[in-house]
Order: sequence, then structure tokens, then C-alpha cells
Amino acid sequence: MSDRILLDFAGDRREIADYEAAGGYESLKRALNMEASDIVGMVDTSGLRGRGGAGFPTGRKASFLPSDRKPAYLCVNADESEPCTFKDREIMLRNPHALIEGIVTMSFAIGATSAFIYIRGEYRTEFEVLTRAAEQARARGYIGRNVLGSGYDATIVIHRGAGAYICGEETALLSSLEGERGQPRSKPPFPAVAGLYASPTLVNNVETIATVPFIIEKGGEWYAEIGTERSKGTRVFSLAGNVRRPGNYELPLTRTLRDLIEGEGGGVPDGRTLKAIIPGGSSTPVLLPDQIDTGLDYESIAAAGSMAGSGSVTIVDDRTCIVQLALRTAEFYVHESCGKCTPCREGTRWGTEILRRIEMGEARQDELDLLLNVCDRILGKCLCPLGDAMAMPVAAFVTRFRDEFQRHIDEGGCPFVETSPFSSYYHHDHAGVPG
Amino acid sequence: MSDPSTEQTLAGARETRPTMPPPTPEPPRDRPLRDRILDVAALYPESRSAIIPALRLAQEEHGWLPEEAFDEVAEALDLTPGYCKAVASFYDMFRLQPVGRHEVCVCTSLACTLVGAADTLRAFEQELGVEAGGSTEDGLFTLRTVECYGGCGWGPVVAIDERYHEPLPANEVVPLIERLRSEAGG
Repeated sequence: MSDRILLDFAGDRREIADYEAAGGYESLKRALNMEASDIVGMVDTSGLRGRGGAGFPTGRKASFLPSDRKPAYLCVNADESEPCTFKDREIMLRNPHALIEGIVTMSFAIGATSAFIYIRGEYRTEFEVLTRAAEQARARGYIGRNVLGSGYDATIVIHRGAGAYICGEETALLSSLEGERGQPRSKPPFPAVAGLYASPTLVNNVETIATVPFIIEKGGEWYAEIGTERSKGTRVFSLAGNVRRPGNYELPLTRTLRDLIEGEGGGVPDGRTLKAIIPGGSSTPVLLPDQIDTGLDYESIAAAGSMAGSGSVTIVDDRTCIVQLALRTAEFYVHESCGKCTPCREGTRWGTEILRRIEMGEARQDELDLLLNVCDRILGKCLCPLGDAMAMPVAAFVTRFRDEFQRHIDEGGCPFVETSPFSSYYHHDHAGVPG
Repeated sequence: MSDPSTEQTLAGARETRPTMPPPTPEPPRDRPLRDRILDVAALYPESRSAIIPALRLAQEEHGWLPEEAFDEVAEALDLTPGYCKAVASFYDMFRLQPVGRHEVCVCTSLACTLVGAADTLRAFEQELGVEAGGSTEDGLFTLRTVECYGGCGWGPVVAIDERYHEPLPANEVVPLIERLRSEAGG
């Protein structure tokens, strides 16, 4: 029996006939005959946790919405933008109707007036796939007035963003969807109480919502039997970097990094060796090669000193300079900082400048600890986690590869300039411009 | 310059990448911009929510966002032009300066660079004769570097006019540019 749930087929099911032939939209019919609270209860029983990054229990999140306040909204977070993450994109490309079915099911369960899919602006083709899938679903009566005779009216608006990483943060997403600059808001109030247009709002990731129809079909207990004690079900992992077969792989959460990297991905290509693993998107602390037997579940990765994050695992081979990797990581967060909170706006910039000085061989000895100090002054001091997303990985690169940083200072330059794939961004003799 | 191990990774990426559907045809622009903005605004409980789609429609109309575009969006959505410009400037995909006919965006984020994005970028710079951020003198191309595009397993990712080419290693850059030049009648 296959270990996969969401992507348990070859090719795609973009056409609604293909999806229906595989049993699609049967769960929705079942759900519309259930009590709304039983749907949320079933998701709660399943143990499904948010697949965007935070890993919060999905059923519990839905239960926070007050049932007596209307309007209420469902917002699907399809703003996948954490560097190294591309799994929601594959789900939308290959199984868009699972997402649509999950949206209508959860909208009914929370009594939502409307649902919005906030998809990142760069995903133009995926936007078109979802638009077509929604049109097909509307023609078959799964979306619109009085869905399948239930009396429930389901509205889905597919909203395409315009390029801003921060809009993946749920309150920034809501600001953007309301027509503002996409800046985060302070919490509380949480979106469940005062979200879109100050109304109760449930915000869930694509993979999370697309999993709901399978839970309705087979039951919460069935899902809860897959995985570990606290990390249930399967997860679609994005595997990228220096492996033989990069791509998305859906695995039960009982498996290990080695299963993913070597079993599915074929390991590091010939002639190179594994140097580092970034286990949950670029914001998560780096792991070392001897941690490859760590489990893929949330708890095991946390115990190893990192985070499961967005489920993207990036493999770094021995050509790469870790200082350059840290610098490129930090530059991303400088570019994406919305500028609202001072520690993030200023700290990401100063941290990046120190990293650049280290890479160029211009840093003094005390700047290494100054860099850690800057990271420490960002951590936990902002409205949203963007600043932390720079500070956590940078601090981990420094502490876990300190010898390599020290060599840059001692040797007055980068020891890996001839081999590292990032060199041309940072050194004149390899002309190039960073992003 | 490409390492043999990277060649193995690119071969693997071609195996795992899903098939993409053909692009949806562009909707006709047979009605005034204002009417098309009002159509989109009607989808939302509050019309201000339509500012991103409205700015996108205006950008498609003008090729970029001149002052006039902010006036048009503001008038249709009952906002001020300054507000519209403030929102537009927050997002990477809005163009506050004119751009070439084809916009070439090279992802230089972590995963793409690990598999050769820097070489791909250099190949574009050499072939087009401009650095990232610049436009060719004939107005045909604007080259820019971008942060993660979400094609990390199938990199290096390059988007040309918002359509992904992945993987696009350096040795495939020249034929691609030559094809676009010949299509433009050059």
C-alpha cells in the first residue's frame, strides 16, 4: 500500500472528471450532511497540524472561531515563499480540486461567508489552474448558491498577490487582502477573533486544507494512525539543492531525513559529499551531516536543534562556503523586511553587513560575536517572525560552522572562492550581482 | 564551469517536475480599464481589496505604472493616487519605471544558486550586454534578479514575462534569447 495521500497518483488531476473518477467530491457530499462541529471534531481527532510552518493543530485553530459572529471568512495561504519551498505549488498544479473540495468543506464547517485563496503573484500558471478548477467546480454545483442542495452558499475568490514574502505571515496576508501594504499586525487579537475586515477568520495553508477531504472520507482515527505520537499523517517535503533527484516527496512523518535525502532523492551526486542540511526552509537552523538519521516529525527536528518549518529540505555539498550561504540567506530577509519593527529593519541589515565583511576578509575578530549579538537583539522582539527567520539560521551557521567563519577572518578572505557556487555574486573576478 | 554533479541534479529535476498546462489566453481588453477594475472590485466585500488586481490591470494596460495609472486606479476604487502608489511600491511585481518588452527574472535564491543560478545569470548578462537591473538599448529586454520563485527543486529558475523556465542552465540561455529576438522580428 502506498504511503501517500495527497499526491498518490502519477500525472495530474486538473480535470474535474479525473478527480471525480478517483472519488473526488464524495467527501464534500458527506460533510454537507454532517453537523459543522463534527467536521471540526474529525479534523481535531486526526491530529492534522498546519503545514505552512508553525505546525499548529488545525482542528483546534478552527475551534477558536466564535460560532455566533458573522460574517466569518476562510483564507487559504497559498503565498508559498519561504526559500527552498515549492510543495504547495505542486499540490495546486497536480491536485487543485482537493484544495477546492477542502475549502468548501472547511468553509461549511466554520460557517464562512466567503473563502479567499491568497496565491503569490509569481504563481501565475498555478493561479490559472486554480481559476479553471474553480470554474469547473462551480459548473458541477460544488461552489455557488445552495451547494448540492444543502442550503449552504459557497463563494471562493482567488486573489493573486504581487510579490512580497511577508504576505505569507497571516496578519500581513490579511492586510494585503484588505488592500493595504502587506504589513503584519500585532496579535492579539488573533485572526480567529478579528481577522479579515475585523471578522472571525480562519487562515490555513494549502496542504493543510487539501488534506481535509481525505480525513472526512476515511475518518480522523485513520489519519491519526499514520505518523508518530504527536506528528500525524504524511507531509509533502520539498527536496532541493545538491541531490540527484530533487523534487517533492510525500512521506509519512515516521520517516527520517536519510529516507528523504538518500532514499527518495538519491543522495548527493557522485564526487561530492554532504556538508549541511537546511531542514525546514531557509529560516531554520542548519543541521550537520551526522544528524541525517533525525526523524522528519516536528519533535525530532526540534530535538536536533532546528525546526520542521515549511517541510523543505535543502542539501548543501562540500563545494559551498557557509559564510556565503549565510550571507545569501540574510540578504533575502533584508529584502523582504517590511520595515515596521526596528529590530528587524535595522538588525537584518547590520547582520548582513557584518556577514559581507567576513566574506570579504574585512572583518575584525570581535565582529563574529557582534554578529551573534545582533541576532540575539532581533530574536523575539518583533511583531512577526521575519526578523527571527534571519537571526535563527545566521546564528546557527556561525555556531555550527564557527571554524569556517574564523578561517575567513584569519586568512583575510574566503577559502572557498574557487569552488563555491555563490562566489560570483560576491567577488569581482566572478562578475555578478546579488538579488 | 558546471560541475558534473550539478549535471546529475539537473537531470533529476527534469524527471520530477510536474507537467505544466499551457498558458491561459490573455483576456480581451475590449472594455475600458475602469469597467474591468469595477468587475474585479465586485468580487470583494470591500472594493479596496481589489487594489492589487486593479494595479495589475493598469500595469498590463500601460506596460508599467505611470502617474496616470495611479489616477485611474484611485478613481475607480475611490482611493487617492498617493495611496495607490504607496501600495504599489510595497510589492516587487509592480513596475514604477518603464521596462523592456520582455522581462527576464533570474532567481538567485539559495536552492537555485546551489545548482548553477549564478552561471545562468552571468550568461544572460553576457548575451544581453546589461547587468541585472538594466534594460537593453533596443528596449527588448529587462534583466533582473529575484528572490525565491518556488521552483527550488527544478532550478535554476528563470521567469520570462511571468512564465517559468526550469531548469534553465547557463548553456541554454543563448538559444532562448535568440528565439525571443527572432520572434520580435530582429
